[in-house]
Amino acid sequence: MATMIEAIRDALAVMMARDDRVVSFGEDAGYFGGVFRCTEGLQQQFGMHRSFDTPISESGIVGAAVGMAAYGLRPVAEIQFADYMYPGYDQIVSEAARLRSRSAGEFTAPLVIRMPVGGGIRGGQTHSQSPEALFTHVAGLKTVIPSNPVDAKGLLIASIEDPDPVIFLEPKRLYNGPFDGHHDRPVRPWSRHPLGEVPEGYYSVPLGQATVTRRGEAVTVLAYGTLVHVAEEAAASSGIDAEIIDLRTLLPLDTATIVESVKRTGRCVVVHEATRTSGFGAELSAQVQERCFDHLEAPITRVTGFDTPYPVGLEWVYFPGPDRVVRAMKDILEY
Amino acid sequence: MAQKDIRLHVPEPAARPGEHPDFSFLDVHAVDEARHPDIESRAYETYDLATSMIRVLDDDGTIDGQWDPGLSDTQKLRGLRHMITTRLLEEQFWLLQRQGKAAFAIRSLGEEAVAVAAAMAVDASSPGYGEGLDMHFPTYRQGGILVANGHSLFEMTCQVLSNSGDRLKGAQLPTLHSVKECGFFTVSGNLGTQMIQAVGWAMAGAIEEKRIVALAWTGEGATAENDFHSAMVFASVYQPSVIINVVNNQWAISSFQGIAGGMNAPFAQRGIGFGIATLRVDGNDFLAGYAATAWATERARAGHGPTLIEWVTYRAASHSSSDDPSKYRPADAAASWPLGDPIERLTRHLLTTGAADQADIDTLTEECRTVVNEAVDKAEKLGTINSGPKPSPAEMFKYVYAEMPPHLVEQRQDLGY
Repeated sequence: MATMIEAIRDALAVMMARDDRVVSFGEDAGYFGGVFRCTEGLQQQFGMHRSFDTPISESGIVGAAVGMAAYGLRPVAEIQFADYMYPGYDQIVSEAARLRSRSAGEFTAPLVIRMPVGGGIRGGQTHSQSPEALFTHVAGLKTVIPSNPVDAKGLLIASIEDPDPVIFLEPKRLYNGPFDGHHDRPVRPWSRHPLGEVPEGYYSVPLGQATVTRRGEAVTVLAYGTLVHVAEEAAASSGIDAEIIDLRTLLPLDTATIVESVKRTGRCVVVHEATRTSGFGAELSAQVQERCFDHLEAPITRVTGFDTPYPVGLEWVYFPGPDRVVRAMKDILEY
Repeated sequence: MAQKDIRLHVPEPAARPGEHPDFSFLDVHAVDEARHPDIESRAYETYDLATSMIRVLDDDGTIDGQWDPGLSDTQKLRGLRHMITTRLLEEQFWLLQRQGKAAFAIRSLGEEAVAVAAAMAVDASSPGYGEGLDMHFPTYRQGGILVANGHSLFEMTCQVLSNSGDRLKGAQLPTLHSVKECGFFTVSGNLGTQMIQAVGWAMAGAIEEKRIVALAWTGEGATAENDFHSAMVFASVYQPSVIINVVNNQWAISSFQGIAGGMNAPFAQRGIGFGIATLRVDGNDFLAGYAATAWATERARAGHGPTLIEWVTYRAASHSSSDDPSKYRPADAAASWPLGDPIERLTRHLLTTGAADQADIDTLTEECRTVVNEAVDKAEKLGTINSGPKPSPAEMFKYVYAEMPPHLVEQRQDLGY
């Protein structure tokens, strides 16, 4: 059994053992092993030159990673919180994402940038953001977000092996256990969840493939990260026969799985924790509308964070919990 | 205590259009002044070199001082040839842009010594670019690196014309080349971003325990970007084999170097503040530039860490084909630049020492002109931005990812390809 933290650490250790080109670094990510401990022990196991601390400089971390990746290494950079990513955004958007295209394939940036996302940990507006849409909007990036330890390890291994830059988003509320949105109930550990049973050694989960976590016929719920568990709880508590799709990779998007499901159910709810306007849910809604219009029985509905900063004092008002998902499903079932 | 009026200080250059050029702020140091320290020197031991100026070539064509790199006449003539070729080639690019055959043009007029001297010094330290691992991270004003490193002038011109011979398939603006085999990293076009990448490249070399060297390039204007700071911090922390070159050509489009903070201390002095060995060099002195790069390269390869080099030079041309410097500086400013013209200075030296006579120089210049014109004519025959076969629209989708994801396949097919 493993937590998501252990699964991520395991993926890094497996790849660093298999491939000398894999290096891991970030703020507090060396000796100490990261504020969430995802890189704990890597420096001791693989040496200072493979796992090290960096200055507090996200543009420096990403920029150095771009140079290392272009050289031929496989850097895995940690950004301590996704909320701290913005100083490095220019290096991600203007550099990592475009080296290949602007040099017609002569230089590439096969790097992974890991960063914890999402709220639910009393982090306030500087430790709770979900900026996935800022990455899916950029040509040349891949964006990955696991919802459990088994996927986290396999997807991270696939991301490290990928020849292009991958943004690897880690829902921090899921680090220690699945979270269904009921913040007032005891935390359930991954050791009591089947997807906490992380296989040993090397395996990968291919990028660009969604998975159906609950089969159903009444409504399709498109979710990723923490909201997969919230959607599952919404289905369980309401008794609605929802089909829940965990997207796992946002870009490239597994459109085929989405379309097959929505054409069958005729209804679609899109859920995410990020702010609503221009969020990834808007892209999902557009894709479903373009590809499934003739099969839709009701408008596509979004359940998202609000278009406000994430407030520490009103965290659970902001967080799109199971009640809001149930309400959305009921609304379109009664449409 | 005397009180001054409180008001916002906005630095202004000494002369604007209609006024006489005024370079009195520039202290032109004597050629024998700068010390040539051991390559193992600690950063603070180079403090005097960050505040003075390394010069070898005197105004009368003689050379003096500890920094004389001791080049043979053949090497000096090769340097001159590369500088003249660069100047003539960029002049042709300029004309092509003016004729509407290229989207954009940019020149290094007056500062050709910088890129050529640096490229030759690095190459001499490791002929053939250390199996492709020595790497320049240039700006658009270091095309001289490609000339010195033997890149095809025809290919350079095709890139500038965005024609079917453009190896970048029309993806990048003219002069933003990418030529891996010449140790020339893909030029971003966004300013400042590549300094930290050069540091990362050098860090990767250190991780693999290789004696490679990476060269970051920036103008003095883009040292104001945060990337300069992060590059300097990372270079200071990890001590990789990187040379951070700050080309102080006095102008960032219309903003003089004071707007980047150059009036109260030389840019070079920032290196000392970060604990990085620093050299400030006469950028129009081919021999001084060569010697400074050779020192920094030798230091890096011997494992003694990074160096910052400030090249003091002058942007004699406009910023680019989209700029008109007569709007913001005296029209004849370049002619008054105290450090002169790099081609004239090296030529004078060769004439003074008898390494060449005027007929030799004329012949060399004509040879350069012929080579450049032949390359440009040949490239033009393949087409320009406006004529000839264009890259297939499918090319636009081809290099975004290693393997084209479904959404791009769909978009390409929707376009009809």
